[in-house]
Formats: sequence, C-alpha cells, structure tokens
Amino acid sequence: MYFNAKNLTGGYGEVKVIEDCNFNVNRGEIVSILGPNGAGKSSAMKAILGMLKLDSGKVILDGTDISNFNTQDRIKLGISFVPQVNNIFSELTVKENLEMGAFTSSDNIEDKIEEMYDLFPAIKEKNQQFAGELSGGQRQQVAIARALMNNPSILMLDEPTAGVSPVVMQEIFEHIIRIKEKNIAILMVEQNASQALKISDRGYILVTGQNTYQGTGDDLLNDQEIRKTFLGG
Amino acid sequence: MDFINAIILLSNFVIVPSITYGSQLALGAIGVTLIYGVLRFANFAYGDLMAFGTMCVILFTWLFKSLGISLGILPTALLALPLGIILTIGVSLFFDRTVFKYYRNKKSSPVTFIVVSLGIMFVLNAVVRIIIGPNDIVFMDGSRFIISAVDFKETTGLLEGLTIKSTQVITLITTSITCFVLFNFLNKTKTGKSMRAYSNNEDLALLSGIDPNKIILITWIIVSILATIGGTLYGLDKSFKPFTYFNNLLPIFAATIVGGIGNPLGAFYGGFVIAFSEIALTYAYKKFIFYLLPFSSDSTNLIQYISTDYKFAISFAILVVVLIFRPQGIFKGKVI
Amino acid sequence: MHNIDTKTSFTIMGFLLLIVGILQSWGVAFSILNLCLISAVMSMGVNIQWGFAGLINFGVMGFLAIGGLATILVSVPPVIESWNVGGLGIIFSLLFLIFIIFLCLFINKRFSNAKYKYQIIFLIVVLTIPAVKLISGPSIKLIESINPAAQGYLGGLGLPIILSWFVGGIMSAAIAYVIGKICLGLRSDYLAISTLLISGIIVSVIKHEEWLSRGVKNVIGLKRPAPYEVNLQNSEWFIKMIETIRFWGPTTKDIIISSSGIFVKLCFTVIFSITLLILLYLSERAVNSPWGRMMRAIRDNETAAKAMGKNIVKQQLNIFMIGSAIIGFAGAMLVTYDGLFTPSSYQPLRYTFLIWVMVLLGGSGNNYGSILGGFVVWFIWIESAPIALFIINFCTFFLEYNNPIKLHLIESVPYFRYLMMGVGLLLVMRYKPEGLLPEKKISF
Repeated sequence: MYFNAKNLTGGYGEVKVIEDCNFNVNRGEIVSILGPNGAGKSSAMKAILGMLKLDSGKVILDGTDISNFNTQDRIKLGISFVPQVNNIFSELTVKENLEMGAFTSSDNIEDKIEEMYDLFPAIKEKNQQFAGELSGGQRQQVAIARALMNNPSILMLDEPTAGVSPVVMQEIFEHIIRIKEKNIAILMVEQNASQALKISDRGYILVTGQNTYQGTGDDLLNDQEIRKTFLGG
Repeated sequence: MDFINAIILLSNFVIVPSITYGSQLALGAIGVTLIYGVLRFANFAYGDLMAFGTMCVILFTWLFKSLGISLGILPTALLALPLGIILTIGVSLFFDRTVFKYYRNKKSSPVTFIVVSLGIMFVLNAVVRIIIGPNDIVFMDGSRFIISAVDFKETTGLLEGLTIKSTQVITLITTSITCFVLFNFLNKTKTGKSMRAYSNNEDLALLSGIDPNKIILITWIIVSILATIGGTLYGLDKSFKPFTYFNNLLPIFAATIVGGIGNPLGAFYGGFVIAFSEIALTYAYKKFIFYLLPFSSDSTNLIQYISTDYKFAISFAILVVVLIFRPQGIFKGKVI
Repeated sequence: MHNIDTKTSFTIMGFLLLIVGILQSWGVAFSILNLCLISAVMSMGVNIQWGFAGLINFGVMGFLAIGGLATILVSVPPVIESWNVGGLGIIFSLLFLIFIIFLCLFINKRFSNAKYKYQIIFLIVVLTIPAVKLISGPSIKLIESINPAAQGYLGGLGLPIILSWFVGGIMSAAIAYVIGKICLGLRSDYLAISTLLISGIIVSVIKHEEWLSRGVKNVIGLKRPAPYEVNLQNSEWFIKMIETIRFWGPTTKDIIISSSGIFVKLCFTVIFSITLLILLYLSERAVNSPWGRMMRAIRDNETAAKAMGKNIVKQQLNIFMIGSAIIGFAGAMLVTYDGLFTPSSYQPLRYTFLIWVMVLLGGSGNNYGSILGGFVVWFIWIESAPIALFIINFCTFFLEYNNPIKLHLIESVPYFRYLMMGVGLLLVMRYKPEGLLPEKKISF
C-alpha cells in the first residue's frame, strides 16, 4: 500500500478519541471513512496530519515512517488536506488562494493553475473575485483546488459535501472521481455515507474510535447489518 | 475672486494640514492593523515604538550634522531614516523574541498580549526619556517652505496666502512611496500574499505550508519601518516629544478601528477620515463664510463647530459611533 | 516559587515604610503610606472589574478625574456672582441637553424599526452641539469673566469634602453606566481601546470647561477632613502633646512645624485606613457571596454562563459600575489629600496603566493582592528615584563626577521608574502571572 496508518491510538490527555485504528490507501483509489457523529473520524484525519498527539501507532507514506514529522513537513511530502470549515482564504482572490496552495512548491505555478481551471471550470471565470464572495459549491471547489496545488500524492478531505445541496454534492463527487484519475490517493471523511460509498473503492466504518468494519464500497453497501445500523436502511 | 480666496483659505488651513496629518496617522494605523492581523493583538506599545524610532533618527541626524553631512534643502533626518529603521527593527525583534514569542507558543489570550504590550510600553517610554529626555525637540532642517504665504499673495494677487511647508510635501511623497511599495508587496508578491493569507486564516495557512515564524518576522520588520517613518514625518512636521507620541496612539487606534481592524487599506483611509474630521470640525469658518457671503456680517462668533480643545475628542467620538453601528469598521475588518 | 503569605507580605511592606521613616523622614514615610492607601482603593476598584469579572477597563484615568471633579462640585463654596450672571443659562443648557438625550432615547425606542432612525438621531446630535454652544456661550463667557484669577467658575455646594467621595463614586457609576451600555458588548480588546479613548474625552472636557472646573487654571486650597498645620502649630494642646511625647531635647519651633505636618498626615492615614478596611470588608463579602461566584463563573466561561440563562451583559454592567464607583471614590480621596485639583495632570500612564500594574502585580482576583499591589507599586514608584540614583552611582563609580554620561543618567533618574514598572510587569507576567497574592480557588 502507498499509505499506511497502523494502530493509531491517541486523544486529548486521558481521553482516547481513536483507538487502534488502521487505514491504508493506494494511489488512484478513493477510500471513505464513515461513521456516526463523534466516532473520531475527524480526529483520525488530524492524527494522520500530525495535529493530534499519538500515543502509539505509525503513519507510513511510501515506505517512510513519518510518525514523528510535524504537520508542515508532512504537507511538504505531499499530503494535502481540505478541512471541513474555514477551508479557503476568504479575503484573498480565487487565484491567490490557488497560489497559496502551491506555497511550498517551486514549480511553475501558472501551469498548475491552468490545470486547476480545467478541472474546475466554474472557478476560472471568478479567478479575480474574493473567495469569500463565492457560492458554497464554488468555495468547496476552490478549497479542493487549493489543496491540489502542491501536487499531493494523497488528498484528504474532511466532509467535502457538508452543508451543500444534493446537486452540488453530486458535482463535488464527480470532481473527486476525476482527481482520482490523476493517480492521487484520496482519503475522505463523509457524512453522506451511502452516496460516498458509491464512488469509493473501499470504506472504513468507525465506531467510538475503533474501526469496526472495512471492505470494498459495494461490500459495505450490500451488507444488511451495516445498511441498517449506519446507512439508514 | 472671493470664491478663489475662500478656496485658498480652506486649502491653507484645512485641506493641506489634513492631508499631512492624515498621512502620518495612516502610516501608524497600518502598522497597528498589521500587528493586529498577523499577531492578533492590539499593541499599546506602538506609540512608544514610533517615539523610539524617531529618537534613533534624531540621534543619527545630530551625528550627521556634527560630521557636517546634510542633504541640502532636504532635512538631514531623511538620511538618518534608514539607520533609525534598522535600530527600530532590532528593538521590535528583541521584544518579540524575549517577550511575545513566549506567549505565542503558549497560545495566550489577546488580553494577555495587551497587558504584556503595556509592559513594553513602560520600558520604551523609559528608554526614550532616559536617552533623549522628555522635552520638545525640533530636528527639522533644510528649507522650511515650498510656497510661503507672502510669495503666494504677491504672485497671484489674491488676498489669501497659501503656505506649503516642505515637511508637508515630504510627508506626502514619503507616505505615497511607502504605501505604494507596501500595498504592492501585500498584493503582488508571494510573501505579501502569504502574509495576508496568514492574517485571514491562520490554520489554513499552516496547512498550506506557510511558515508562521517567517510571517511574524516580516510583519515586525514592516511595522518597524512604518513606525519609524510615521514618527519621523510627524516629528519633522511638528516636533518630537515622547508624551505626544504616546498620545498619538489614541487617534491611531481610532483610525485603525474606523478602517476595520486587520485591514491595511481600511487603516489607510481611516487615518484620513480621522485627520479630516479633527481639523475640519475644529476650524473656524468665519473668514471662509465672509468670502462667500455677498454681504458683510459682523458676527463675533467664530462659526466653529467644536472648540479646538476637543480635537482629540472628535476622533474618539467617531470611534464610538463606529463601534456602536459598525463594529467591523467602515471598511470590512476582522469580524467580531 | 512559593506563594507569599498575606500577613508576611504586608509585614514586609510595613518594614519598608519604617526604613523610609528612619532613613529619609517620617513625613515622607507617611505621605507614601497615604498614597499607598489611596492607590490600594484604586486597584481594588480595577480588580473588581478585571479580577472578578474579567472586564478590561483602561478608562481608570477618566473615573479618577470625575472623582476629582466631584470634590470641586461638593466642597468649594458657590461663587454667588457667577451664579447670578450665568447660572440660569447653564441650567437652561443642561435642561436642553437632557431633553435632547431623552428625545433621542424616545426616537430610538418608539421608532425601533424605522429605516432612517439612526440618521435622524445622528442629525439631532450634530445639530445639538452648536445649539448648546449658542445657548450656553454667553453665560459661560460671563461666568469666566468673574474674578478670573481666582474664580471664573460656578464653584460648588460648600459641603464637607468627605461627602464628595460618595458623590464622586455616584458620578463615576453614572458615567460608567453610559460607557458600559456602549462598550460592554464588545470584544475585550475593543473594550480596552474604547475605554481608554473615552477616558480621554472625559479628561479633555474637565480640562477645557472652565466654568465647571476652572480647567487648566486648577482649583487650589480645597477643604480638608483633617486639621491644618498652621492651626496646629498655634494650638496649646498640640504643643503640649508634642512635649509629652518627646523624651529628650528641647521642643523647638522646627520640631513643632515638622510634627504638625506628620500629625496631619497621620490623621489622613487614619481616615484612609478606615475607608480601605470598610471597602475591603464589603468587597470580601461580595466576592464570597453567590453573586461573586456567579461573576467569576461568567468570567471563566462566558458561554457556559450564558447557557445557564444568566444575563451576562447586565451583570457585567453592574460590576462595571461598582468598580468605576470605587475608582471615582478613590479619585476624590486623592484630590482631597492633595488639596488641589489639576486637570492637566491626568495622564493615562500614571492614572490608568500604573493602576493596572498594581492589580496585575498584586494578584488579580484577590482583594488583598490588589491592596498589596497598590502598596508595592506606589512604594517603588516613589522610591525608584533614590534606588536608581544609588544604582547609577554604584555602576559608574569609576567615572569622574562630571563625566557627561554619568551626569546625563543622573539627570534622567525620574524616568527609571517607568523602566522598573515595565520590567516588573513583564517579569511578573512571565514568571508569576497570577500575581504576588494569587486568587484563592474556591470550590463550588
């Protein structure tokens, strides 16, 4: 596997939010982390990014143990993250948002920006507008585009479809599929479980900080028990 | 003719002084707002940082004068400015390393930062007074007037004279250059954009790989430059007195909040809003109206909206109005 | 670092004053002690706002000035002539102002949804200023022309000066109500800036409205709640008393004069101590009451308190007014002790930030802490000059007496107090952020 998170256990002091969690994802694969509210999905993301103190467990990227790296160094290695809220620079223009995404890379940014405009045509025409003035769906596109700017090998998304309309949700999922085609590993946390599983290659279901189930998207979708408990029938 | 006289009168006593004073306030307000945007606290030591910077410039001015170096018609202080800026940057970075950094790492509340900045305010206050004393110092040299009232009257044949002091022109030019460079830096360069990004959304800036230490370092450097330039221009135009500089912090804060705290462009405009209101509302319009009225009036009233004694009070009153109705400032700043 | 015991710290403070009495003079020691007591009242007022409720009030200077103004308005005999020429005009303008305020409040309430409400109120306020000037202008001119060298103002009520302490408190509370209404909803740093600016407005009004306060011309020779030195020096009982106390040497005129000064200060000390003890008692009672606990709950977690259904802004307004009243009270005490009112002396560094240093250094949230802070900081503020002089001489002993650097430093001795305050504040914030006497943690 390209990316492995092994036996992650951690939390805030005595309280363990995640216990013995395992995730792995390959390039060109979409993996969803699902589960009820407060199951520790976002904490698992933070742990992978180095923003949550780990008591035990390892994070391995392309064979390198990065467990002791700080967030900034992990980002430089090609892990990109789109937070659930406040995921754009609202007072910067769309174009500047993208430039900030490529802050650490020294490549030609202009080409990369053009690539993003091809991927997200909707934001191209708004490139001189402040990102804060855009609609919810467009903001989400800016947020994802910003995260893609530094050529990540793995893209992490925290509930990319939270608070958007079903139409926009479909649109975002389509974008995510197209990103996958660029041979990027995608790890996302989702609330809209059944829709997310439809586009996912594999999924993990987290309950009270532990992964209880895992399997391919179809397997999970077709499992009666899981359907009943987590996917709402 | 009377109409032109009236306009000249107004320019001489309201417009030109307001632009000058506004530029000085604007430079200060941009500094305060940058500290607020990046370091997220209101720096009460800023007035004294301006005093410190100006003091350094004055000391170098004296040194140059004693060595016989001067800029001819321009004030020697302009030559001393870069050296003063370097010392001020040093002092800012010293306090950042020894004081602010500790609280930043601890993620202390904004109030703690304010209290700590009070401590630095006391220290700078003492340092400036111990080194250069508490008295008024005039360090302007070179030619005093670009246009003098007498010459203007002779040339134009008007009743009213227009005085333009060289310090006013220097203030205007220096401020224009400084702001042009600063706003280009903030809007056009990668570092400047990353500074705005950090100010706008710190967490996302960290996720984008922006190095907070570098941003903070650059912010202190810019702020020190602005403080020294703003303080020196004010000192050249009026005079240098440590206590006045401390007091100037108040209209600067007013300008910052009026412009929307954390918003540099807003702070720039805020400075002019405050300066124009202060001067325009305390100016006695008697003569101005006398020129405009077709008949002569004998009114002994000065036709002054508010007595000059309340100059400072005006900026505070504007601030109070802004705080009540638009706490985010006239130009959108950080939302409460 | 161990926490110092309250008793020990105050004993040390007493010893320090004793040393000043022996080394310098008893007069100096007592005047330091008196100002320590007044400072303690001031810092208690700030502590109530900051330590107990977490409200950052940088307008201390304004409330102190209001307290000072109260001493004038209460104790100075009225200037009948001024009242005759201009009293009516002033009263009329005041009534007019009150009318306008009520008009604005009425419009605000009655037309709460009207579109142009604020514009109309703004217009009214804008027009009021010249109108008031027009109405009161002639009267003010007349009042200020009456015996301008000594009077030129309306004077006061000619009542005992102690009464003015309470009036000062009430006036401060009233102003605090207005300020609180405007500013308390704001974020902490906005509150700090706006209170600082408003205190600037208050002082500039007191400084420039000569008909009210004589402004920069100062009011001198205020009444005293203690005997006057000259009277003491001529009274039999006092001379007798001094003769009985003294064990050795003849009782010369010089000794009578110096001891009369000390005696007056001692009288003040007694009055101030009683005041401080009463305030301390009341404040301790309040802090340990359910109300005090609620205030701290609000301070520590505003959101939780809000969720519990407490009307936070209202409670904060109350405590803002109480704290400001105490500060105003202290302002009146200060002017009473000085015997003169000098509006131009009110500067934020001395009258706002120094008080804040007292509270932070002493220990915010603890009444004893803020009193100790008042004592320690004032002691350092006064004694810093001799200490600095000693240090300078010590460090530059190798320099000639006329070395320019040495001379310059000695000339700058008065400013070392700012340095000591700043460094002291920074050190306390870093290494003992809870202050010398930390807040006692009370379990609920």
